[in-house]
Amino acid sequence: MTNLIEIKGVRHAYRTDSGPLPVLDGLDLSVPEGGFVAVVGPSGCGKSTLTRLIAGLMKPDQGEVWLHGARVTSPRATVGMAFQNPVLLEWRTILKNVLLPLEIVPTKLSKAQAEDRARHLLNLVGLSGFEDKRPSELSGGMRQRASLCRALIHQPEVLILDEPFGALDAFTREDLWQIMHALKEKEPFTGVLITHDLRESIYLADQVVVLSGRPARTQFVLDMPTKGRRDIEMLYTPPAAEMLNTLRHQIAVAQGRDRREAAE
Amino acid sequence: MAYVPESLTAARTPKGVGFIGALTSRAVVAPIAAVVVFLILWELLVWANDWPNYLMASPSDLPAAYARYWELFLVMGWQTLWRTVVGLVLAVIVGILVGMVMGFSRTMRDALYPLLVGFNAIPKATVVPIVALMFVGQHDFNTILIAFMISFFPIAVSVSIGLSTLEPEYRDILRSLGASQTTIFWKIALPKTLPEFFGALKVAVTLAFIGTNLMEIVSPHGRGLGALFDSGKTNSDYPLMFAVLIALAFLGIVLYYVVVLLERIFAGWAERPAS
Repeated sequence: MTNLIEIKGVRHAYRTDSGPLPVLDGLDLSVPEGGFVAVVGPSGCGKSTLTRLIAGLMKPDQGEVWLHGARVTSPRATVGMAFQNPVLLEWRTILKNVLLPLEIVPTKLSKAQAEDRARHLLNLVGLSGFEDKRPSELSGGMRQRASLCRALIHQPEVLILDEPFGALDAFTREDLWQIMHALKEKEPFTGVLITHDLRESIYLADQVVVLSGRPARTQFVLDMPTKGRRDIEMLYTPPAAEMLNTLRHQIAVAQGRDRREAAE
Repeated sequence: MAYVPESLTAARTPKGVGFIGALTSRAVVAPIAAVVVFLILWELLVWANDWPNYLMASPSDLPAAYARYWELFLVMGWQTLWRTVVGLVLAVIVGILVGMVMGFSRTMRDALYPLLVGFNAIPKATVVPIVALMFVGQHDFNTILIAFMISFFPIAVSVSIGLSTLEPEYRDILRSLGASQTTIFWKIALPKTLPEFFGALKVAVTLAFIGTNLMEIVSPHGRGLGALFDSGKTNSDYPLMFAVLIALAFLGIVLYYVVVLLERIFAGWAERPAS
């Protein structure tokens, strides 16, 4: 399998008033086509910077970002993004919000076909019947579902999720996890998920990458034994508990709470 | 490409409410009732204190004034109205441009804010004689200029704040798809700023009337309602002066509701449905 996303030795520093602030320091990441990688790490370790690099919204000081065999230096239409804030446009209906990317990227779909596709996606996430509602009429979880549809409408190769479920309550979050699995089966994409939730990472991803504290490098990689869709019950099994414990420990190391182990 | 508000195409009137229903709705009856109560209280106040009309004219003095000068009211009212509207339109154009420059560039924001605030802090009443002298005889131009000067500040500030506080995720959603800055402006920044813009425009409408009238009252041989007010003063026609004030208030209300109507059309989405 070829790697769809290939990040090699990326270093990046932000220029601040008090000198350069390094956020990424020798970060490597590869995601195979159709893979789903979760990236976890301490707060402010540069996870969001990573998503902006993959999306081509910024260029790293050093190192390379490759997408489907092409060097990423500027934004490309083959990326879909969803954030913690669903950032729906309040003046548009849900349907028109979902259609937004098709107004920007070139598409072969006719207007009717595009609408059909949008309705199809909304149906997949359980938002049938809400096409003509305004975002303000929807709950937080529903808005986030609409935002996922918008991220997928133009059939992106890569879906970048920057803590999309972070602001939702626990039950809504679990709903959306299952919706993510359903979406991935019906609308194949290569996913990068930034999250603070370790349970979310092992339930959704094929591989969990732990970043070190700032400046971030790849500290630890956990390969999940099962790929693709899985039962939510798996979270409540002893192997899951063991994985969560390992990850938790790695985060502690990343936070510098245990420097000796970081040296190992 | 351009932003077309959906509310233009979607019918917004609730079903089953006809024209008569709309006229008797609370939104129409309540303000009219408030005006009637206000007039009654005013009449009572003058009557109870037995004030002569040079101290304060009462509402019952006004119909006579309007009947006597109705032609003047129409001509002068129109003068005041069109000059105010032109000044306001200029303020909107310049205000949006300055607001855009300040909203998109931090450097320009830092550079222009003190200038703008200082400019706005100067009482326009003090600028009126300067302008009147500078462009002597250009009464229309002078009046429009003052109306513009007094009303463009809130518009510039609101647009700049609206644009500069746009959450970065909104930009990123479109930028990650390769959208240009212009597309981002038309599709997101502009419509998202509209509620703030209309808020400022409501303030600007009333300010523009103040500007117009300052010039009309102060400049010799002026025209418009301000000049009519001044002639009432010269001729000790006190009911006329009060009648002018009420006419100004009326024009202000009309223009204000025109803005409200535009707001409904272009930024109606920002209104939360009543619960």
